[in-house]
Amino acid sequence: MGGALNINHLLFLGHGALWTIGLSAIALVGGGSFGFLIALGRVSPSRAVRLLAATYVQLIQGTPLLVIMFLSFFGLAALGLNISPLLAAGASMTIFVAAYLGEIWRGCIEAVPKQQWEAAEGLALSRSQRMVKVILPQAIRLATPPTVGFMVQIVKNTSLASVVGFVELTRSGQIINNSLFEPFIIYSIIAVVYFSLCYPLSRLSRRLERSALQKKPALA
Amino acid sequence: MGLVLDFSVVLDRWQALLDGATLTLQLAFIAVVCGAAIGVFGAIGRRGGNVLVERLCGAYVEAIRNTPLLVQIFLVYFGLSSLGLQFSAFTVAAVALTINVGAYTTEIMRAGFDSIHKGQIEAAEGLGLSRAQIYWHVIIWPGIERVYPALTSQFVLLMLASSVTSQISAEELTAVANYIQSETYRSFETYIVVALIYVALSFIMRFGFWLLGLALFPRRRRLGTPL
Repeated sequence: MGGALNINHLLFLGHGALWTIGLSAIALVGGGSFGFLIALGRVSPSRAVRLLAATYVQLIQGTPLLVIMFLSFFGLAALGLNISPLLAAGASMTIFVAAYLGEIWRGCIEAVPKQQWEAAEGLALSRSQRMVKVILPQAIRLATPPTVGFMVQIVKNTSLASVVGFVELTRSGQIINNSLFEPFIIYSIIAVVYFSLCYPLSRLSRRLERSALQKKPALA
Repeated sequence: MGLVLDFSVVLDRWQALLDGATLTLQLAFIAVVCGAAIGVFGAIGRRGGNVLVERLCGAYVEAIRNTPLLVQIFLVYFGLSSLGLQFSAFTVAAVALTINVGAYTTEIMRAGFDSIHKGQIEAAEGLGLSRAQIYWHVIIWPGIERVYPALTSQFVLLMLASSVTSQISAEELTAVANYIQSETYRSFETYIVVALIYVALSFIMRFGFWLLGLALFPRRRRLGTPL
């Protein structure tokens, strides 16, 4: 048997925690870029594009992330595509995050007062100019608190990458547990690490929300 | 080599898929009912005025909302067994999901209860309603009515998240999928079918909650808007 928990185990957990942060960053950047396109698609003037983006959101929001992970890791492998756990986890997180962030950001774009759209149109700005110069700068300010809040979900959901063998925090805990068999202690440590990653983000999101509420009159 | 998709071997096992889906819904149902009860008491505790109770409820909510469900499930699973208590995977899954959704429900319901205008409560006091009556008629039901959409989407998310309990071998839909794909080697087809079943389940749940909302909140039914 493996003996007691020692410094090497903690270093291994630390390494896993770094990968949790790395995967979260991949998911945020990938899912953010894709999600931005989804949000634009949801408010597109073309009916077909709107329908396509809405279908994507409905399908992904109705499917558990775990199943998306299995699909991209085992499913694509069965089709003859060999994917590494990192690629499978990164792609799944991107697909998943895009659906949720896209929907959050669509809400923010639509929350920009109607008069702003009309004023921009009255100034003869083209549609893309209207978007880039008038709507998006205001939408980004509205979007910051819920996006930071959603980052908590991203960090937590990276734990599901452990099922495809990606060695992030949860998986490294499982590996250590297999040699020590001290599950309660190990998972408690892991829970504390996740908490210390997520709690500051939760607090930040709430603070941003509160200050956005106070600034509201200036925005409208 | 050409790519051949064969859904028939998966669809032949519809009985197992149906059993899995039923168990997923059962898990979701138990967690939603118990979680809603926890949510009501937790939200009352968070605004009840007793500092200790407020702190405790706050700590519960923050601890659950800032850690992954997978880790919570492992903690409950191994925590109970290290206490020498042996339960079935289904029981552990139901307990873990209930604890999880209870925290989210507490936070959502607190927002609903806080949205009740102070004047309403004062008016109820002026009418001589007891504390319990005020909570029941003026705070709890109107509060829930206001956050009902947020609550129901949280419950649908919970149903999807229950897939994680396959990791402690609760025999719900995802576990059935893992079993089928290991038996048929048709993992792509299996997970596509299961993903579509989940999409269908979440539509069914949303429709059910919409009907329930009509039954629970007659004012919404009459006016088409909450409150």
